[in-house]
Amino acid sequence: MPVSERTSRSRVRAGDRVFAGLSTGAGALILAVLAGVATFLLVEAWPAVVAPSADIPGGQGITVYIWPLLFGTVLSAVLALLIAAPLAVAIALFITHYAPRRLAQGLGYLIDLLAAVPSIVYGLWGLAVLAPATVEASTWLYQNLGWIPLFAGPPSSTGRTMLVAALVLAVMVLPIITAVVREAFLQTPRLHEEAALALGATHWEMIRMTVLPFGRSAIIGASMLGLGRALGETMAVAMVLSVSGGVSINLISRSNPSTIAANIALDFPESTGIAVNTLIASGLVLFAVTLAVNMLARVVINRRRDFSGAN
Amino acid sequence: MAKRIDVADLNIYYDKTLAVQDVSLSIEPRSVTALIGPSGCGKSTFLRSLNRMHELIPRARVEGKVMVDGQDLYAPDVDPVTVRSHIGMVFQRPNPFPTMSIYDNVAAGIKLNAKRMPKSELDDIVERSLRQANLWDEVADRLHKPGSGLSGGQQQRLCIARAIAVQPDILLMDEPCSALDPISTQKIEDLIGELKADYTIVIVTHNMQQAARVSDVTGFFNLRGVGQPGHLVEIGDTATIFSAPSNKATEDYISGRFG
Ligand SMILES: Nc1ncnc2c1ncn2[C@@H]1O[C@H](COP(=O)(O)OP(=O)(O)OP(=O)(O)O)[C@@H](O)[C@H]1O
Ligand SMILES: [Mg+2]
Repeated sequence: MPVSERTSRSRVRAGDRVFAGLSTGAGALILAVLAGVATFLLVEAWPAVVAPSADIPGGQGITVYIWPLLFGTVLSAVLALLIAAPLAVAIALFITHYAPRRLAQGLGYLIDLLAAVPSIVYGLWGLAVLAPATVEASTWLYQNLGWIPLFAGPPSSTGRTMLVAALVLAVMVLPIITAVVREAFLQTPRLHEEAALALGATHWEMIRMTVLPFGRSAIIGASMLGLGRALGETMAVAMVLSVSGGVSINLISRSNPSTIAANIALDFPESTGIAVNTLIASGLVLFAVTLAVNMLARVVINRRRDFSGAN
Repeated sequence: MAKRIDVADLNIYYDKTLAVQDVSLSIEPRSVTALIGPSGCGKSTFLRSLNRMHELIPRARVEGKVMVDGQDLYAPDVDPVTVRSHIGMVFQRPNPFPTMSIYDNVAAGIKLNAKRMPKSELDDIVERSLRQANLWDEVADRLHKPGSGLSGGQQQRLCIARAIAVQPDILLMDEPCSALDPISTQKIEDLIGELKADYTIVIVTHNMQQAARVSDVTGFFNLRGVGQPGHLVEIGDTATIFSAPSNKATEDYISGRFG
């Protein structure tokens, strides 16, 4: 390690040594915790993996048990991201490049405030307000766009649909994406914005030429952050979604796949024996998916590093 | 192509502060005009009022007339975006778009003007602009690499290529060499000499020798005192300004730093 090499050759100030030790320790601690969690999941999940199919809840084996949950998890999270990411970029752009200063500041605080609302509150809101409010829209979608499998219906009369779950998740991840993207947009060098404007770019063209490409990595990074949060969100989904199991992309019906996190929250208290191991195995899958999402984001960001504007 | 500029009674404000007072001057097409003067006297401010970049600063405004070939840039029916697409600008610090390749940097202005053109024609324009900016030989084999990978002097010539690719009527340069070494500076000065054949050029510089070398006409801006607005003291033939200025302040400024 370069730090200790330097230590041995020249006299280092005590403060430097303490700080180097602290930061190295913190880094090691994070790795240790991560390794601990992974080990725990693997060890506890293993009995469910090797158990005979009939012993797994549902009686058809672990794959059949987890697959619909994984599907529901990914569907709700991706849907939430598809709704939230463009909206977040638009809001961040409005705040940084269109709104008058006072309004921009107010909006900024408001968005930050949204991030501080506990997820159970979002769950309540989704259940009590959003779900009933969407029934009419779902019916309309079913009647007019029913030929699209997403809206195959029949529409749920309570509104506790995948669509509503995704909407609630979208609202929940919106603040974090907006905040990260807004910071990045603010960092766009004035120099480059002026270069575009001096070439005869309109305000929007300037944004397309400089602000958006400059913020590209941040948009991807923030989206992945949001996706990660949506994948793991538990309470809001557990409260909102009406679950029947089974894989379906029908967004407006009352029979939906659950998500891994919500399923664990709902089933864990009543589970014993191999059922607990099965739930932990599903948690392992969620862990792996989240890890994969983050790694993918890294790859995407690095692929165009030369053009990132960071140099 | 190359147009003349006539400025009449121009006052330039930042919010309520008058930054530049009462400038009137004329600039001939196909000439190089150098603007010199102490820091803070409003050279950049004046330059940026010539392509309506000034008004991008919140609450900044101008009074008076800037005529380009008889057309008032500040007439109510004139779109500032159109003005900027006809009057190119090169900045003090090289600012190629870091998210674009060298090629795309040069093509950026053309793509903005929304002219759909065949790839081969665009290739030609990019090559011609880079050749005109004396950069072609250095970048021909890496056109699709990012522009930010070039040296400072190369980046500045890339910015010049980007500005001239759209064949503007006028080229404004704000201390284009102040971040560059003597060799890169030399290259850009040579380039200015060549570009004069096609463009009306206005350049701000702190370097007296540079003003003397590249310009036909020199204008001297000054401040009457701290907190006072800048103003144009005199403008005239570069040879005359440097050998026999009519104003004492000009003579002091030039002799203080020149030679
Ligand atoms: N964005 C701004 N807001 C308010 N005042 C400004 C702004 N930019 C410049 N000024 C003021 O306008 C005056 C002229 O500034 P300007 O940058 O035009 O000077 P300059 O002659 O280009 O100086 P230098 O040689 O240092 O570049 C200065 O007093 C400056 O403080
Ligand atoms: Mg200046």
